[in-house]
Amino acid sequence: MSAPMRGPMGHGGGHAQPKVKNFGGTILRLAGYFKTAKIVLLFVLLVTVLSTIFTTVAPKQMGKATTSIQTTVMQRMIYDRVAEQFGGEIPPQLTGMTGGQILDRLPAEQAAAISENARQAIADMPFDHRPAMDFSYIWKILLLCLGLYAFSALFSFIQSFVMAGLTQKIVRKMRDDVSSKLNRLPIKYFDAYTHGEILSRVTNDIDNISNTLQQSLTQIITSVVTIVSVLIMMLSISGWLTLISVATLPLIVLIALLIAKHSQKQFASNQKELGALSGHVEEIYSGHQVVTAYGRQEKAVEQFDSINQRLFTAGWKSQFISGLIMPLTNFINNLGFLLICVAGGLFSTRGLISLGNVVAFTQYSRQFTQPIVQTANIMNILQSTAASAERVFEIMDAAEERPDAPDAVALTEPKGQVTFEHVQFGYREDKILISDMNLQVQPGQTVAIVGPTGAGKTTLVNLLMRFYELNGGKILIDGVDITQIKRESLRSLFGMVLQDTWLFGGSIRDNIAYSRDDVSDEDIYKAAKAAYVDRFVRTLSEGYDTVINEEASNLSQGQKQLMTIARAILADPAILILDEATSSVDTRTEVLIQKAMNKLMEGRTSFVIAHRLSTIRGADLILVMNHGDIIEQGTHEELMAQKGFYADLYLSQFSSAGQSA
Amino acid sequence: MLKVFKKMGTYGGYYAVVIVFIFIQSMADLTLPKKMQVIIDQGITQGNDAMIWEAGLQMLLFAAIVSVSAVIASLLAAVCGAGLAKNLRRAVFTKVTGATNNQLSQFGTASLITRTTNDVTQLQQFIVMSRLMIMAPVMGIGGVIMAVRTAPSLSWIIAAVILVVAVFVVCIFIKGNPLFKAQQKKLDNLNQVMREDLTGVRVIRAFNRTEKEQKRFEAANADLTGTALKIARLMAVMMPVTLLIMNLTTLLITQVSAGLIDTGSLEVGQMSAFIQYVMQIMMSLIMVSMIFVFIPRAAVSAERINKVLASEGEIFDPRQPASLPETGRGTLEFRDVTFRFAGAEEPVLSHISFTAKAGQTTAVIGSTGAGKTTLIDLVSRFYDIESGQILLDGVDIREIPQAGLRRRIGLVPQKAVLFTGTIAENIRFGKEDATDQEVRHAAQVAQAADFIESKPDGYDALLAQGGVNLSGGQKQRLSIARALVRRPEIYIFDDSFSALDFKTDAKLRAALKEETADSIMLVVAQRVSTIMQAEQILVLADGELAGAGTHKELFESCPVYREIVLSQHSEEEIA
Repeated sequence: MSAPMRGPMGHGGGHAQPKVKNFGGTILRLAGYFKTAKIVLLFVLLVTVLSTIFTTVAPKQMGKATTSIQTTVMQRMIYDRVAEQFGGEIPPQLTGMTGGQILDRLPAEQAAAISENARQAIADMPFDHRPAMDFSYIWKILLLCLGLYAFSALFSFIQSFVMAGLTQKIVRKMRDDVSSKLNRLPIKYFDAYTHGEILSRVTNDIDNISNTLQQSLTQIITSVVTIVSVLIMMLSISGWLTLISVATLPLIVLIALLIAKHSQKQFASNQKELGALSGHVEEIYSGHQVVTAYGRQEKAVEQFDSINQRLFTAGWKSQFISGLIMPLTNFINNLGFLLICVAGGLFSTRGLISLGNVVAFTQYSRQFTQPIVQTANIMNILQSTAASAERVFEIMDAAEERPDAPDAVALTEPKGQVTFEHVQFGYREDKILISDMNLQVQPGQTVAIVGPTGAGKTTLVNLLMRFYELNGGKILIDGVDITQIKRESLRSLFGMVLQDTWLFGGSIRDNIAYSRDDVSDEDIYKAAKAAYVDRFVRTLSEGYDTVINEEASNLSQGQKQLMTIARAILADPAILILDEATSSVDTRTEVLIQKAMNKLMEGRTSFVIAHRLSTIRGADLILVMNHGDIIEQGTHEELMAQKGFYADLYLSQFSSAGQSA
Repeated sequence: MLKVFKKMGTYGGYYAVVIVFIFIQSMADLTLPKKMQVIIDQGITQGNDAMIWEAGLQMLLFAAIVSVSAVIASLLAAVCGAGLAKNLRRAVFTKVTGATNNQLSQFGTASLITRTTNDVTQLQQFIVMSRLMIMAPVMGIGGVIMAVRTAPSLSWIIAAVILVVAVFVVCIFIKGNPLFKAQQKKLDNLNQVMREDLTGVRVIRAFNRTEKEQKRFEAANADLTGTALKIARLMAVMMPVTLLIMNLTTLLITQVSAGLIDTGSLEVGQMSAFIQYVMQIMMSLIMVSMIFVFIPRAAVSAERINKVLASEGEIFDPRQPASLPETGRGTLEFRDVTFRFAGAEEPVLSHISFTAKAGQTTAVIGSTGAGKTTLIDLVSRFYDIESGQILLDGVDIREIPQAGLRRRIGLVPQKAVLFTGTIAENIRFGKEDATDQEVRHAAQVAQAADFIESKPDGYDALLAQGGVNLSGGQKQRLSIARALVRRPEIYIFDDSFSALDFKTDAKLRAALKEETADSIMLVVAQRVSTIMQAEQILVLADGELAGAGTHKELFESCPVYREIVLSQHSEEEIA
């Protein structure tokens, strides 16, 4: 599964917002993960604030440099103009005066032509020399700014660096927690949710949380601090200009909120149509043969077209709306910028504000928009995070397997006697499958389970291994109630060789040795030989080190089953649960599997999901299952005499073989 | 990649307009600093209010042009991207629905689904993002031109800054790229472990291996977070450094400008405008570096889609189709048929000859891989044979249009495939204009009527995707009803009773016998007991016909058949 890509808007706008049941509680609980890192968080907060403040202070300082440069330029302009009047040289009688004194002496109409800011610039300027650029002052300011920027960058780096470590630690812990929680959940839980659903919580949802922790959290802090400190800086420069700047804010917030709202709606409908399309595509592709055989291609395309057209409309709408936020906020941003340029310019010529401050102000107004948009988006981000967190916490809160009883025992020398006493069971309380089952299996006996395929065998495995708890009655092994046996001990009594074999992505060696850690290569080879899989494995180029791939597609169904037989041989269990091979295995492999199973069953109590008549007739006990319940039990002769379900079944299925030959 | 973009069709025109508007937007955007320069140099410094007003109004105009252009570009890009996506999806979907089995297996269903949905969405995103990618170089180059024109004496700073930013971006790219790839791989790995833990939960518990699995998960998790941390730390370097470079550039420009202003060769407004242009150039550079992240990703998707579109089928309708007798309920004959899968060394089927007659059941049996399903797939012409002939009522099936041939066949595949819709719609899949009476009758014969009628909505009950709300046996019965409603000349049952319980199985067989009395029945079976009564049994072994005849004949004369029978029934059961 690929990591979800975040759109240009961050994750606020891009997701269909699922409803969060308990927003506050979930966020608080998420915050709980930071409990041990309080000091670190405080430190991050401090560093973030410092970094932001340093960045916002700098432009005003830079403005001072600009002002100084510009003042010199204006002073020279006046100086040169005055000198020009006197033929290019300042007459000696003026050299002792300041600019202000000279201005007072100017004829009225000439004085009026000089703007207020120029007037201020030369007020204290001596006319004894052409004014020089104050390089040492400018240099000092630039050095100060250099320091501010450098420290700000350093702090911002420290902030991200520390946050990265903290976040990854938390995310890692969260995933481990979920995984270990899953290991403690009863099997019931896994029957209720699809694998995809659980998987998506462990990956996508935790990923979403991780992104919020790492980026959005510090972004929020930065945004808020930026807004406050920029506002302070602006106010320190000019109240009027600040007012102009702030006046554009509600517009930006309004636009951001409006777009976020609409884009959510559009994204939801886009997501919906995309889901519909994917569903149709999946259905038609996987049913390709049937579609072709029944000549329904055109019909399928027709149906596809109508969904595709809806997706097209939803698609461009959602893209367009989320694409609007940039140009619109940009326009308002530019609007603010030019208002400040004009107003600042007019103020400046009247000497109400220095040029440097105007320039600094234009920068502040630009710094303002980004955090505002981000803050307006925070609710969306938090909502989507809370929804993810809620899904993760749902797993964390699920009821766990009942712990072992304190006085639970371990069976050290199991004999394999199995007793069912008035067992009552149903997957749901209101739908009891097995109402009163009694069963007595002596050590070493073979029990054949016969009946339509379906819930029967899984139920049996579930009950024997205590994957599910009974609704009534009890199951005893060697006379001990299984609820009184340690789970680990109970489960190690059983060996399972089922048709839906489970192998994991590892070497064949590891898969066979799955049951035990302390196993020698010799033992593995012996088990493999006994399961008739040794020769096959040795034909592979990597032998026992061949890695089984994800779908185990490099092994046939029969080979996989032989592998699990080898695994069971190595585990040496007291009781076996076996599936006889059916359709998916070819004849020759079937013979091998049968031979291996027979060997395995010797001297062990075995429950066999039987298809072969010989197995059924040779069994010490036959359980006839239908719709998940055990409806008849006994030996072949007994059951035939009963003339019940089994007799019917037997006659319809097997009699023809008996008669025809 | 360009090939794919040709599918834009009429939407391509939109994109041309997008480019035009991006140009307009960039040009207008680049004018703004120039106007600010006017305000500073001619307005503030000269004390000229009128200039300030004039420049301000011009700025408003240009800002409006910028935004309007951006909105139009974004709208058209969105339509264009969605349009390309629509066309591509349709092209791929049509291609796949019309594809042959060979083409399908070449790609795999799962991969084809991803190509139709995710890959197309990737390209759609790319188109929408691409307008920013076009804008970046336009703004960058425009910025350079404007900056140089504003203050030629500062040009060397631009060169220096571009160099620094480029080196920095390349460094990050070199360092980050392998990390991103590794992260993806480790994420896949973690997913795999989790998936295995979920599918194998019973086995893991049974073997008491939860602790070991937890350790395996924790190891994969630690591995992933380790890489994620490296990436996060790289990003922690990147952002502040980028900002620092920008800010230091501003300081440098101010410092150099002060000297130039001192000698009178530069004005203050020029300096401010220049700073803004350099900022725009740097932003563009960073944007351009994003292109190198996006293009390869889009190119991979484009390539995957192209492969599907370029794939060619190998089965064609005849130029001059032969006509079959309309009501022919006759014979299906394989005449020395040999077939091999494309590129295979050995043929799957060689020299198969047999005749299946109407009113009779022809059963096919053999071990896995013997070619049973392949044999019946040839009847529907899902593959073309290598040599020999398949004749339906004496006409080679390659002489008949595929649709015409398949209309005569009622196929019940191994895996019951149903579609979203009502039960009635699913049965009518077999015959679009079937009456309610016909639908009910088909359901009754297929032993499906009982469970259908027990549903509150009966025949109008909705099936969720693929019929997940039905049991395996119910699905099989509906898929049989679907074939029955066609009343086809040939019925093909590919191991289609496997999920039925024995009683239903027996009832169904009895009902079928009546219903299909004048049709050709082809039945693939795994278990001998289900086909013993067939008029003709074909025994396949390693792609060859090892025997043909009745159960009795074969049991005596055909060793392969005997072996199969004995593997399923012990000697004494048969004797």
